[in-house]
Amino acid sequence: MAKTLMAEPPKSKPRLPNDAIAWITAAPPLARFIFRGSPEAEAAAGSAYGLAFPKALNRAASIGERGKPGARVALRIGPDELLLIVPIAEGKAVQTALETATAAHPHSLVDISDRHTGFALEGPHAADLINAGCPLDLDERAFPVGMVTRTLLHKAEIVLWRMGPTLFRVEVWRSFAPYVEALLEEAAHDFL
Amino acid sequence: MLLIHCPYCDSNRPETEFRNAGAAHILRPSDPATTSDAEWAEFLYLRENPKGTIAERWRHVHGCGRFFNAIRDTVSDDFAVTYRAGEPRPGTTP
Repeated sequence: MAKTLMAEPPKSKPRLPNDAIAWITAAPPLARFIFRGSPEAEAAAGSAYGLAFPKALNRAASIGERGKPGARVALRIGPDELLLIVPIAEGKAVQTALETATAAHPHSLVDISDRHTGFALEGPHAADLINAGCPLDLDERAFPVGMVTRTLLHKAEIVLWRMGPTLFRVEVWRSFAPYVEALLEEAAHDFL
Repeated sequence: MLLIHCPYCDSNRPETEFRNAGAAHILRPSDPATTSDAEWAEFLYLRENPKGTIAERWRHVHGCGRFFNAIRDTVSDDFAVTYRAGEPRPGTTP
């Protein structure tokens, strides 16, 4: 892996010039679900989940620190479609709790933990690297912190979540991850 | 890059996120059992293919996943307006 896109964040403050582009941090093992249902099913699921689902489309809600016990993420990627991310150890318990709470309402809850993986892309040029393969406007006025959307990065479908001004979370199908990471790395060469 | 306005996301998104899904406002015969073969064939296969304005279904497949309708010019590829599925074609009475 190139020096510019590292598998782990730098131990200290990024050094100029090489580490000042962006770095990738692999996500810890996480359980992921796609939940779809009526507003009634969503309300029931939200209270069982321990985190109110975001109301607006393409918005994220989260509590806790990624991978730590009690961490919950809810990403609204479709009008009635939510991507839920929880620590792997709590996956079964969350699934059972959601199924119990929504038993009275038509819904679907699909475990996609094995299909998806994710990583964080952080650094002053993080948005530029994504824009090398994704034509979305990633200016903070058009794509503010807390916004999430499904989109295309080159030929791979990703879920892109802006967690901070220079911090993005990329959720991608597991088999596409090496492709996505390699193309981000390739894009980093433009800033060397 | 052609930008298409998704009426669900309410934002202009790159065309690569979308997929065309054929002509819009095609009504399925309410009682197929009594429909003649010619009428059924017309419903299934016969489309207008105009040179100019056309109402089409589009799907934001690499985005919110929703189908919606659009008025597009087949010559200039200009999208005049997009609107949610189920809404009447703009300029017509339902």
